[in-house]
Amino acid sequence: MSFITGVGLTAYGKHDGSSSLDLMSQAAQLAISDAGLKRGEIDGVLCGYSTVSPHIMLATVFAEHFGIKPAYAHAVQVGGATGLAMTMLAHHLVEAGIVRHVLVVSGENRLTGQSRDASILALAQVGHPDYEVPLGPTIPAYYGLVASRYMHEYSVTQEDLAEFAVLMRTHALTHPGAQFHDAITVADVMASKPVAMPLKLLDCCPVSDGGAAFVISRERTGAAGVRVRGCAQAHTHQHVTAAPALSELGAEISIARAKQASGVAISDVRYAAVYDSFTITLAMLLEDLGLAGRGEAAARVRSGHFGRDGAMPLNTHGGLLSYGHCGVGGAMAHLVETHLQMTGRAGARQVRDASVALLHGDGGVLSSHVSMFLERVR
Amino acid sequence: MSEKPADWTTGTEAIVYQSCAACGTLQYFRRSFCVACGAPDLVEKRASGQGTVYATSLVCRAATPETRAHVPYNLVLVDTIEGFRMMAHGDHELAIGDKVTAHFAPFAGRLVPYFEKVK
Repeated sequence: MSFITGVGLTAYGKHDGSSSLDLMSQAAQLAISDAGLKRGEIDGVLCGYSTVSPHIMLATVFAEHFGIKPAYAHAVQVGGATGLAMTMLAHHLVEAGIVRHVLVVSGENRLTGQSRDASILALAQVGHPDYEVPLGPTIPAYYGLVASRYMHEYSVTQEDLAEFAVLMRTHALTHPGAQFHDAITVADVMASKPVAMPLKLLDCCPVSDGGAAFVISRERTGAAGVRVRGCAQAHTHQHVTAAPALSELGAEISIARAKQASGVAISDVRYAAVYDSFTITLAMLLEDLGLAGRGEAAARVRSGHFGRDGAMPLNTHGGLLSYGHCGVGGAMAHLVETHLQMTGRAGARQVRDASVALLHGDGGVLSSHVSMFLERVR
Repeated sequence: MSEKPADWTTGTEAIVYQSCAACGTLQYFRRSFCVACGAPDLVEKRASGQGTVYATSLVCRAATPETRAHVPYNLVLVDTIEGFRMMAHGDHELAIGDKVTAHFAPFAGRLVPYFEKVK
């Protein structure tokens, strides 16, 4: 058994003058305090990576900087799925009795620490160095390719995709830490600058500075209990050229394995936290996970299903699309928000019932997937 | 199998793939073994350049000065008649399902495969 005993999250956007280590440290202190622990009680550290400050031993660089001497520490790299992959590993580490309290942490000054071109260029390198990168692709282009095919096979329109951007922005409006606080409409998304068609600027998450952290413990440290019920991964390919058919992507495989591991059914889920690097990512993952029928996710957005007061509240902090995306920390904000919802601490954003949550992360170009169920125990 | 192929990735006007002598699996990304069965006996074959468009994305925002000079450019995934999928450039008007044929075009100081609709 493992519990998420504390969470920490900075505002996302610009943190002028803050390094990746500064943002990691801020988030880590928030999470450790939230768990009611002293930093010396942390005996495990898992951290993500920083494209601004790459290092072959980031976990120990962080541990030294932060002032802890863990019994277990290393970095993890699974692109956008890193946060949930670290949480899954922490869950197994504490269950196996290796450590008692694992700090999972990431932070990056991706917005102010390098140029946007440098960010775009660094990320495009997930493409094949010989057969893709020489063609000048970008991450939006990889997802633009997937989007064109998904829209073709399931009759999804650009207006449908725009609904997801509007939903995430609507949610971000109620979170003071979100990068964007201006309301947008479907027409605004449609009129935004083309990036990699069919994806336009407002279909794409921003580049942000920020940090996020959690503590995963063998036993709860306070009254609130948020337990990892079960989790699983799937890795079908790295490069979009080598991706399987849309009906055979990893999200469907990882969710099936997670259901098997946890005994949880989609009908048990009350809150969803799903990776949303682009509008198409969110649309596809919702349908792959079984949170909407094929080609029906946008209709569910329009009907209010995924709103704060809907049947399946989704990314109530605003997601990557509007809370922001600082690399590994980006999708970790989804888990922080889920924890706040599950423990009744989401304030104005609080949903009625977040007793069982489904989280899903995606790395690469729908390459690596982690699905996880969390459950509140009293 | 470790020598560089004479194909577009090394500046030659050709699309080359590998076929496994043991199990018949085709692969486009070059390796010294078959990705399906692990056998080292691969036959290099030259593709015809014929195929069908699987996906497209018109890139309007590029990240380097060299690629920015070409925007917008249409990135395509093509399913070749030989049976493998590849990434390339193509005409802006291409639609999914179009039958296409390849030639080669300069892009950011390189030669890249460029597909146009079969007339």
